Amino acid sequence: MADITFWFISALTIISAFFVVSSKSLLYSAYSLLVTFLGITALYVFLWADFLAVVQVVVYVGGILVLIIFGIMLTNKISSVNISHTSVQKGVGAVVVLGFLGALGYVMISTPWIQLPNSEPLETTRSIGRLLMIDYLLPFEAASFLLLGALIGATTLSRKDD
Amino acid sequence: MENLSNYLVISSILFSLGLFGVVTRRNGVAVLMGVELILNAANLNFLAFARFGGMNMSGHVYALFVIVLAAAEAAVALAIIINIFNNFNTINIDDVSEMKQ
Repeated sequence: MADITFWFISALTIISAFFVVSSKSLLYSAYSLLVTFLGITALYVFLWADFLAVVQVVVYVGGILVLIIFGIMLTNKISSVNISHTSVQKGVGAVVVLGFLGALGYVMISTPWIQLPNSEPLETTRSIGRLLMIDYLLPFEAASFLLLGALIGATTLSRKDD
Repeated sequence: MENLSNYLVISSILFSLGLFGVVTRRNGVAVLMGVELILNAANLNFLAFARFGGMNMSGHVYALFVIVLAAAEAAVALAIIINIFNNFNTINIDDVSEMKQ
């Protein structure tokens, strides 16, 4: 049962990701990106990453996707029906990317990865918090500075100068 | 689902689809969507290696940092795209080839 669910979710994720990069309508792309994000969230749950799954829903679905839809709405005239976009050089791009995927997949499958014996699922929040406050304190603070910089930078960039 | 390669193959496919979006799309927002797909594929890899490396929590922390970077990147990229739209009245990135108009 879990296997069937896993393959169903994987197929859903990949098909909707394909729709994101191939759809003619920009809004349909954004909505299938929603399905992709939710599918990836489910894969996180399969990987026992409960905290990261919640963060993924909150940040990606609740934040970034809304931001992207805002971007679409602000950069197209609301009255115009033509919120569409086209692709260039699909053929060449597909050939190059398929070759790349072949090489990548070959490496992924043929490499004898060392898998440690399965441990039990454990609560991840406590250990993530410990790591953030002890081992990764400097990157954590740097990330907060980065977010502050991005906040101020984005506001300054998008302000009308008068 | 109890196999590392499955997750690696799924994330490779997601990465390739994102790359395809980045190289073929002409709309700036659509290119941004491709970048988000690539970042998600990388995150999936981090978590898969964490899970099959004996629940190594450092992978989770790295994935958290990737999400933080993705949020900052999306905000700044959309600010830039809206600025481009205000200046050039288009977000077709092939048409935006001048530093100053």
